[in-house]
Amino acid sequence: MSKRGNKIRVECSVNGRAVALEAYPMARLLDVLREQCGLTGTKEGCGEGECGACSVEIDGTLVNSCLVPVLQVNGAAISTIEGMAHGERLAKIQQAFITHGGAQCGICTPGMILAAANLLARYPNPSEAQIREGLAGNLCRCTGYIKIFESVVAACRAGEPPA
Amino acid sequence: MPRRGAARVRSYLPAYHLEAPRDLSDALERMAREPGVWQPFAGGTDLMVLLEAGKLAHRDFLSIWNIPELSGIEIAGEYAFLGALTTYTEIRGHSALAREFLLLCRAAAETGGMATQNRGTIGGNIANASPAADTPPALVVYDAELELVSAKGSRWVPYRGFHSGYKEMDLGSDELIRRVRLPRVKAGWKQYYRKVGTRRAQAISKVCFAGAALVESGRIKDVRIALGSVAPTVLRAHETEKILRGEELAQPALELAQNVLGREIAPIDDMRSTARYRLRVAQNLLAEFLEVVAAG
Amino acid sequence: MKQTRIIGTSVPRKEGRAKVTGRAQYVDDIALPGMIHGATVRNSVARGRILGIHFEGEIPWKEFTIVTAKDIPGKNCIALLIEDQPCLADGVVNHPEEPVVLLAHPDKYLLEEARRAVRIEIEPLPGVFTIDDSLARKQIIWGKDNIFKSFLVEKGDVDSAWASAARIVEGEYETGAQEQLYIEPQGMIAQANAAEGVTVWGSLQCPYYAHKALVGVFGLPMDRIRVVQTETGGGFGGKEEYPSMIACHAALLAWKSGKPVKLIYDRAEDMAATTKRHPSRTRHRTAVAADGKLLAMEIDFTLDGGAYQTLSPVVLSRGTIHAAGPYNCANVRIRSRAVATNAPPHGAFRGFGAPQSVFALERHLDRVAQAIGLEPDEFRRRNFIREGQTLAVSQPVREKVDMPRLMDHAFELSRYREKRRRFDAENSASEIKKGIGFASFLHGAGFTGSGEEHLASEVAAEATREGRVHIMAASTEMGQGTNTIFSQIAAEALGLDPHQIEILQPDTAAVPNSGPTVASRTAMIVGKLVESAAHSLQQKLIQGGFLKPGYPAEDFPEACRRYIQKTGPLEAFIKYEHPTDLHWDDHNYRGDAYGAYAWAVYVAEVSVDTRTAEVRVDDFVAVQEVGKVINPVLAAGQIEGGVAQGIGFALYENVVWHEGRMVNGQMTNYIMPTSMDVPPIRVHFEEIPYARGPAGAKGIGELPLDGTAPAIANAVAHATGREITRLPITAEALLEMLEAHV
Repeated sequence: MSKRGNKIRVECSVNGRAVALEAYPMARLLDVLREQCGLTGTKEGCGEGECGACSVEIDGTLVNSCLVPVLQVNGAAISTIEGMAHGERLAKIQQAFITHGGAQCGICTPGMILAAANLLARYPNPSEAQIREGLAGNLCRCTGYIKIFESVVAACRAGEPPA
Repeated sequence: MPRRGAARVRSYLPAYHLEAPRDLSDALERMAREPGVWQPFAGGTDLMVLLEAGKLAHRDFLSIWNIPELSGIEIAGEYAFLGALTTYTEIRGHSALAREFLLLCRAAAETGGMATQNRGTIGGNIANASPAADTPPALVVYDAELELVSAKGSRWVPYRGFHSGYKEMDLGSDELIRRVRLPRVKAGWKQYYRKVGTRRAQAISKVCFAGAALVESGRIKDVRIALGSVAPTVLRAHETEKILRGEELAQPALELAQNVLGREIAPIDDMRSTARYRLRVAQNLLAEFLEVVAAG
Repeated sequence: MKQTRIIGTSVPRKEGRAKVTGRAQYVDDIALPGMIHGATVRNSVARGRILGIHFEGEIPWKEFTIVTAKDIPGKNCIALLIEDQPCLADGVVNHPEEPVVLLAHPDKYLLEEARRAVRIEIEPLPGVFTIDDSLARKQIIWGKDNIFKSFLVEKGDVDSAWASAARIVEGEYETGAQEQLYIEPQGMIAQANAAEGVTVWGSLQCPYYAHKALVGVFGLPMDRIRVVQTETGGGFGGKEEYPSMIACHAALLAWKSGKPVKLIYDRAEDMAATTKRHPSRTRHRTAVAADGKLLAMEIDFTLDGGAYQTLSPVVLSRGTIHAAGPYNCANVRIRSRAVATNAPPHGAFRGFGAPQSVFALERHLDRVAQAIGLEPDEFRRRNFIREGQTLAVSQPVREKVDMPRLMDHAFELSRYREKRRRFDAENSASEIKKGIGFASFLHGAGFTGSGEEHLASEVAAEATREGRVHIMAASTEMGQGTNTIFSQIAAEALGLDPHQIEILQPDTAAVPNSGPTVASRTAMIVGKLVESAAHSLQQKLIQGGFLKPGYPAEDFPEACRRYIQKTGPLEAFIKYEHPTDLHWDDHNYRGDAYGAYAWAVYVAEVSVDTRTAEVRVDDFVAVQEVGKVINPVLAAGQIEGGVAQGIGFALYENVVWHEGRMVNGQMTNYIMPTSMDVPPIRVHFEEIPYARGPAGAKGIGELPLDGTAPAIANAVAHATGREITRLPITAEALLEMLEAHV
């Protein structure tokens, strides 16, 4: 068995709040968020970057947090599902997922909503092809994706901004 | 506070080291001082998968993720330069790159979903040396060259012979891939890229075909063909190219070229596909490539 | 049926807010003070004798809790139908990944190192890995003859029908294993000690199944065992029986360590060790008259059950009963068997035997049609069953069924006939061949035969002083909408708003046993009990004079307060009563198999790229008659999700085996559809109310898994002119067929 390594200190912001984390440098961002920050909304589905249930944003970029070593988020701004709603007011995309059936068992939902919000930030009125491609890294076993597409479309219907 | 959640990583995390060097020269100096100890760690999309599966044999890594000298796309003069840390997203989003190096953009678009494309890098794709990697066939077709740097200096090597065998490459234990350079000479060539996987997105390729042809007076003046997933490394189909060079576009020696291709590649049976499927599909993609070239 | 107010509307998902904000608590989100982590050490050999267990490496073993078979206080088996599956292997192993040792420690990383350092020494024995080898009894690996269960269904006189046949068509069809691939891997948290008993929290579909298993393993009285369902991230049958194993494992570690234990599988372990859909092999022999009428159907249906019996008899039962489809045939014989192999036991997966037998049937009937020169749809029309006729198990169809109309509707939506002609005309000129195909089928809801009677499900309801209504049932929410539809049903019955109804978390200490959440029974059977319980509360209030019939919703809370003040608790307990006109002969396997069937016609349109043999589904139409749609968004979501799973079953999901082990057990290598792989899926419901369902509803959860793959297979056969007889239709196999011109 190898020698024990040291934990490091990482300073970043999570959902707008400054945090100081202490973890092994190769610890997955996913685990640090869930265990140290108590933010269990981000989920593990596969541990290999395939399912997207662990999706978060780092400096506005969508990533699979199961593949990000915590050392690399030093100084970064991280956004998770817990940061999407404004207090009790849901983001439009969140409300759309409820109204239009985009969430069934809910385990893929946080990652899917992060990916959808990220897509809408880049393309406020995406085509169906852009929606399909934008969400291709988020697997859902329950919905068959159809009502997820409908939820995204509903969220960007003319009127208010997406979030 | 009770510990919520639980890590399900199959490796003993305390045994791994990851450190962020101050800058490029710091990184190179450490690699020179302790040869073989430090391996570079970029976006993590390959290495973290191995860590989680309990298969990451190496222990000590240098995080090169934010090093500026390894980043950036520059198109000037004879070459397009891509820093080793260029992500697939950056490749796809660069319109000038898309105009001149279509196949590279196509390859980047086929690699994983958005989250993977945001963190996967061209340098990482090369250094991970998977025979199924998506960008290498495009790099081979574009006659890419790699700049390798160490504390001692830098050297340019053609990408073509960079991989000497399965997961083996001409990269010293004190060297980093710094940049990829693509000669800007193929804009007028007819280009074709197709990756065949099990599903339409996030699929490891069963066969990957990249091709470009320069057509003049109804003949194939020059051609490049490279394939992935049909050999231990990315494969440039030299013999097939030889058959096709000079051929009339209307009647290229397709069957002969397909036979030669079949002998040139060395596909295997594995859990994803069969040698026979890979062989036949590679031959069929060759036909499709020539149709695309002929159609203009 | 009378007009409904809440039922039939798309009331938003009751727990939707928690799910979209990340607040829903799945088992891995929960921690208990002092909790430590558990892991399972598994053997890697398919079959053998355990010679020794060695604890090696530089591991501080004294810090670990170690459990083996000898630590089990009660019986070393996971009680299900019979008691043949051990909780921990003792002396012998019968499949790869069989659990042998359990470990627990506070440090999850060290636990992983320790898991690797346990060496299980095995003397290998020869294993059996195919249906044929099992039937040939190359080794006897289970019972006397490797056969878990067999059935014989007979109707009419099959043997005398062959002579009068204009054509006799034979065929053999196979389906592979399929992994449920819920996105939340399995897991449990357990707390156990002699003083307080055993409590388990986890991701599961059937709290009372886990309860029964724990009672057996611990030998404790039933009221000392408690099972609580946490928010469950998908199940599809994969969390029907296997969670009992994990519950027992976590509880044993908790018992021995004296600490709460969390035992969560990672994806690789989940894929390698837990249940899959039973692989199948079906042989058909069919006699038809010159006019296309079915004269006789002889069917041989075999399932690979893996190493222990678990649920194989019940899967076999459903597959057997569905094997001859919605057709009128006077002479039918179905012989079926579930056999043992040295693989991890196969188990429940949405459809439960029917996807396997329906694939074989619908593929076969297209070929039969071709043999007598009829279009596949015309052939079905001439044989569709009608009210008054009998199914293969001799069940008279007592409901209105109009399969031709469903077919017309599906064909109209999909433009089937026009496309069939167009593709036939255009395919020769293209490398991309297009095809369109359909499947016509039925799915019985509820437990088979006397199953519901034996389950004797119970539901309770209670109203509070504030007029809130609590529904207590063991039916679990796992995304399909249980919570929402139960609240709709109760609200409808009581004249209230669904927000006034609370569905209690399934906890065996708090809810009665309404049976497992399986078999498409939750809406139809348990929902009816919910409706009855709500009516019972209402009747108490009305008969007591606290409410007048037709009361406004605002009067309800005050009426409850006065009732409770004057009379006491306002509660109702409803027990399932089997309809007296349903008769099932378990011995001869005939009679009323199910109380109601949903009927369907699905149409798939595909493109086949002949260069790569890749198949794309371009369009999909799903038309079904379901009694009553309780919640349109949820119901359509069920069909769409089921169709996507069916697309995976048909085209992508291939379990690669090596000597009983799944070798492609990662999401990278076991391929399910992404958002780019699903076509538009157009869902339409028809409603012919079923008198015994709540507001007329039948069950629909499993239906889409029956018809999707055969519709796609028939479309691929149409596109390519090839004999598609195996699922999944891999590109590798299809390319061989295209090149061989077979």
